[in-house]
Amino acid sequence: MTHAEIALKADRLTKRFGQLTAVNQLSLSIERGAIYGFLGPNGCGKSTAIRLLTGLLIADEGEVTVLGQPLAGHEEALKSRIGYMTQKFSLFENLTVLENLRFVAAIYSVKGVQAKKRIDELLQLYGLSERQQQLAGTMSGGQKQRLALACATIHHPELLFLDEPTSAVDPENRRDFWERLFDLSAAGTTILVSTHYMDEAERCHGLAILEHGIKRADGAPRELMQSMSANVVEISGDSLRQVKQRLSALPDVISAAQVGNHLRVLVSKSVDDAIGLLTPFSDNYDLALVRPSLEDVFVSCTGGRHVG
Amino acid sequence: MWARLWAIVTKELKQLRRDRMTFGMIVMLPLMQLMLFGYAINTDVRHVPAGIVDLSQTSYSRQLFQMVSATQVVDFTQRYYSAQAADEAITRGEVKAVLLIPADFSSRLVLHPAFDHNREYSPLTRPVAQWLVDGADTMVAAAMRSLRNMPLTELTAKGVTLTAPSFEVVQYFNPEQRSVVNIVPGLLAIILTMTMVMFTSAAIVREREQGNMEFLIATPVKPVELMVGKIVPYVFVGLVQASIILSVGHWVFAVPVRGGLDSLLIASLLFIFASLTLGLVISTLTKNQLQAMQMTVFILMPSILLSGFMFPYDAMPIPAQWIAEVLPATHFMRMVRGIVLRDADVFSLSKDALWLLGFTCVGVLVAAKRFNKRLE
Ligand SMILES: Nc1ncnc2c1ncn2[C@@H]1O[C@H](COP(=O)(O)OP(=O)(O)O)[C@@H](O)[C@H]1O
Ligand SMILES: [Mg+2]
Repeated sequence: MTHAEIALKADRLTKRFGQLTAVNQLSLSIERGAIYGFLGPNGCGKSTAIRLLTGLLIADEGEVTVLGQPLAGHEEALKSRIGYMTQKFSLFENLTVLENLRFVAAIYSVKGVQAKKRIDELLQLYGLSERQQQLAGTMSGGQKQRLALACATIHHPELLFLDEPTSAVDPENRRDFWERLFDLSAAGTTILVSTHYMDEAERCHGLAILEHGIKRADGAPRELMQSMSANVVEISGDSLRQVKQRLSALPDVISAAQVGNHLRVLVSKSVDDAIGLLTPFSDNYDLALVRPSLEDVFVSCTGGRHVG
Repeated sequence: MWARLWAIVTKELKQLRRDRMTFGMIVMLPLMQLMLFGYAINTDVRHVPAGIVDLSQTSYSRQLFQMVSATQVVDFTQRYYSAQAADEAITRGEVKAVLLIPADFSSRLVLHPAFDHNREYSPLTRPVAQWLVDGADTMVAAAMRSLRNMPLTELTAKGVTLTAPSFEVVQYFNPEQRSVVNIVPGLLAIILTMTMVMFTSAAIVREREQGNMEFLIATPVKPVELMVGKIVPYVFVGLVQASIILSVGHWVFAVPVRGGLDSLLIASLLFIFASLTLGLVISTLTKNQLQAMQMTVFILMPSILLSGFMFPYDAMPIPAQWIAEVLPATHFMRMVRGIVLRDADVFSLSKDALWLLGFTCVGVLVAAKRFNKRLE
């Protein structure tokens, strides 16, 4: 793809809440049909960024272009072309699944036979057919999440925003959920999804790592891992905690974290021989250079200040 | 536009049906208030606990005691043997009033023109007995003052020759002077203010608090659709309440509904709309349900005190009247009392009707304008 269509573009987006800058000079560009992820810890500005991109909050600085139109001034027209699944369950807990779907269909002006067909289709697709008459508030996290996705996609949006859609869902449901996202993406829907799970972030076509509202890295997960500014050394042996303390004091060591019975050490790329640097501090241990994971990328981007 | 509006209305109705608490309030609130105000709050003062000090101990004094008892304004529950004991009893709060019959009661009586019509009032005429009254409660005090000019002719066997009063008073409406007749229609205004403002003032903040609003404002729904869709279901609620109040008022308290039901319906609808939009405006001004509740009380208090429900509008100081004029309850109070008690129709009350209509239109506009589709 040399000349892909851009579905969403943001240019130096900034949002302040009093003293706090929740989103700071965020620029990004998402191709049509891609799944793009926001990865970052709680409070890093993922939700705020999504609200800015959907026009629910007004940016202090910067511009957004959605589906080829500037967002400012076209918010209402664009709302029928985008779907938004909020972080907190935002459908009506004292309405049934079917009532919620019918309500949302009417709000998006999906009418009559078409609405009925679409609702049946969604109930089928998201495995909610048997629960049509159940009150939304009485469902499990995974079921609520599927209902929310069904509602957010009822009008076939071209652009879909999902704010931490899997935070209240067990791993198996998460996998199914991502299958549905790939289906949507294959059908041409552009998806922006925020998460703080590494495994989910790794499935995205493109990824932005956010910290304190600032974008620290942007690219395909594989690219990010390859172009990482650190080498990863895995150390195995006994009493790793002492080694960890010794290594953490070194200026070129970005971070050292225990993973099972290994110690995973990130060493700045400015050091040519990472193993050589570490060996004097860890005699009698096995040292090996390993392939970086997305978590390593995340840690090296954020300077090891956060994990997960 | 209409499909979305309809969707919001049906959604609200379904939610309302499942909300047992609110549903119960719709019915119980008017019933309870009606019983409270109808039975307990009775401005016709009767059965004031009273005591007597009879220093005269004559057949006349015993007859006077009988006569005063017969008025039912007071119930003599205590007997004291000195003025001082009576004084202390009032201070203790044992009784609200004491009838003090002096030792020279008989000689005072025979000289009194109310007893003997051949005598004239003169500066030397002395009252035959004395009332000691706990004046803290003005309502009780006023009732006691009404006993001041009680005719004493019954004490003589001479038959009745009354003096001609200066004015003849012809009472239109409410011939028995029962305060409940005036209270029930007034209560309609108060209860509707309370419930209508309360329901809608919470309507939008609640969805904000529960997170529904973030989803809603990301959809193409328009503010006006949301505003109107939220108040329409409560119009029915208001009409149900109005029917409850007026029928219970009619069957239990025998309050006549003189005016046409069509006028009553129009007036009630106008007021319901005005109160609902007031609630909506509150809802767009506040950040959470607690604030909305406080604002509701802030509106409710003057509506109860200044609308003419508690005190006659004309007797209030001018600044209070200005405030009262702003409140929808005042206008409705005038209309509903006019219609229910005096058989007025909406057209003869058009000033108040127009005011409520204007209030509603401005209210909806303000609410829709205040409610922008943003999170801030
Ligand atoms: N409406 C708001 N007012 C003030 N501060 C806010 C508001 N919304 C978010 N914040 C702050 O902005 C930062 C980013 O929040 P958020 O975007 O919700 O993070 P995330 O979704 O990544 O957890 C947090 O520090 C949060 O406290
Ligand atoms: Mg968030």
